[in-house]
Amino acid sequence: MENNIHALQYALDTFYLLMGGAFVMWMAAGFTMLESGLVRSKNTTEILTKNIALYAIACTVYLLVGYQVMYDGGYMLLGITDLNTDTILNEFALREDGFNGAAIYSPAADFFFQTVFVATCMSIVSGAIAERMKLWVFLSFAIVMSAIIYPIGGSWGWGSTEVLGLFSFESIGFKDFAGSGIVHMVGACAALAGVLLLGPRIGKYSKEGHARAIPGANIPLATLGTFILWLGWFGFNGASVLKVSDINSAHTVAIVFLNTNAAAAGGLIGALFMSYLKFRKADLTMILNGALAGLVAITASPDTPTPLLATCIGLVSGVIVVLSIVGLDKIKIDDPVGAISVHGCVGIFGLMVVPLSAEGTTFLGQFIGMITLLVWAFTTSFAVWWVLKKVVGLRLSATEEYQGADVSECGIEAYPEFTQGN
Amino acid sequence: MKLITVIIKPFKLEDVREALSAVGIQGITVTEVKGFGRQKGHTELYRGAEYVVDFLPKLKLEIAIQDEMLGIVLEAVIDSARTGLIGDGKIFVTKIEQAIRIRTGETGADAI
Repeated sequence: MENNIHALQYALDTFYLLMGGAFVMWMAAGFTMLESGLVRSKNTTEILTKNIALYAIACTVYLLVGYQVMYDGGYMLLGITDLNTDTILNEFALREDGFNGAAIYSPAADFFFQTVFVATCMSIVSGAIAERMKLWVFLSFAIVMSAIIYPIGGSWGWGSTEVLGLFSFESIGFKDFAGSGIVHMVGACAALAGVLLLGPRIGKYSKEGHARAIPGANIPLATLGTFILWLGWFGFNGASVLKVSDINSAHTVAIVFLNTNAAAAGGLIGALFMSYLKFRKADLTMILNGALAGLVAITASPDTPTPLLATCIGLVSGVIVVLSIVGLDKIKIDDPVGAISVHGCVGIFGLMVVPLSAEGTTFLGQFIGMITLLVWAFTTSFAVWWVLKKVVGLRLSATEEYQGADVSECGIEAYPEFTQGN
Repeated sequence: MKLITVIIKPFKLEDVREALSAVGIQGITVTEVKGFGRQKGHTELYRGAEYVVDFLPKLKLEIAIQDEMLGIVLEAVIDSARTGLIGDGKIFVTKIEQAIRIRTGETGADAI
């Protein structure tokens, strides 16, 4: 009887992780739609190609190398197909806290769940460098990011690897539940390093240095993308509980869903308010960024705040994201979709407010962890982008940029108008 | 023969077409155009940065008529296209040297 209950627990938690992973996979569609909405129509095919190709590359590279680097999961996942039911049941029998103990699930489900997070991290980069970078340069960066940069940061944050043999994140009480820092801020650091070496889009700044608007081509798609991301985030945070098969875990999952939703709503309202205050207009693109900011901020600790605190964390992050987007624009960091603000600035904010609700965490501990991840991700990404710049160059030529990356990189326009039918 | 070129606000097209039909005009050519006159453009805001929309969308109508129709047609266009606000558009009248109906080869006033 007990064995059967354990077998069911194994099945349920495995299933939960897989479904959560599928939700996170769908976030790739959200990023794709958001980004394709916020770039000009001449770069649509290229941004779509970039997003779906980076997903495939991130998954493949993480399978071959990344999972081993991050969790010692084996190069090429060797051994993952082996199954010994007795060993698993024995694990259950020996588990501390019995029925309520740590989740035991299929390692293949764990890999799947981890791999879609890598893809999320990479998706963040693609928006910031949009409309001016060579496709192949970006895809080359995706390989290094998925094989080394993300997995090593992850091995510190979620594995138990010590940072250069000095200290472990566990020892400083660092908490980053589903990856405000490990996934989102790391992605934003890579994006920032790329943008600094790449420079702004042609026409973004006037001769006097004023930022010009380059309106996105498809605001409905950007809105749909945000809804998709919002939905996917329930998998991102919800399944990061890793277990649903006992009363405590199920309750925690429900709290995580609740807080994740509350923070997104708060973020949207914060950005709506801030946008109106600053521009006297309800700028929808800012408001969409606000919802995502709320989601990024709550990701560091969605299981501990009260719903009211979660809403407030969202609200503040919505305000931060508007100020950050305008601020980055002023210092000539051209980020067409606001990825650095949403995932970077707000990712930092999310990590730093964890101690407001999570026991055992301190502001100092969060700060040390955050700085470690930031320095790691920024310097290594900068180095990789720098090498790519020296060897092949990051940017499209001015003519290609003017014509649009659709033609120069993909040869297909997203919206061909004057083509011959035969 | 005269060619009347009219620039109007896009939402006035239906009114102008009805007014022209009412005075017996049997064909007009409509083109979507952009431009600026005294109305100039306006500024919009995107992610905190302003941008100027210099050229506003308008419609260009081309109407070929016989000389004696000129007064009636001008009156019909002006009455139907006017809102009294800035940006109502302009009318230009030019001489037509030759007109030919492609199907039949008719020329001059017969072709209009």
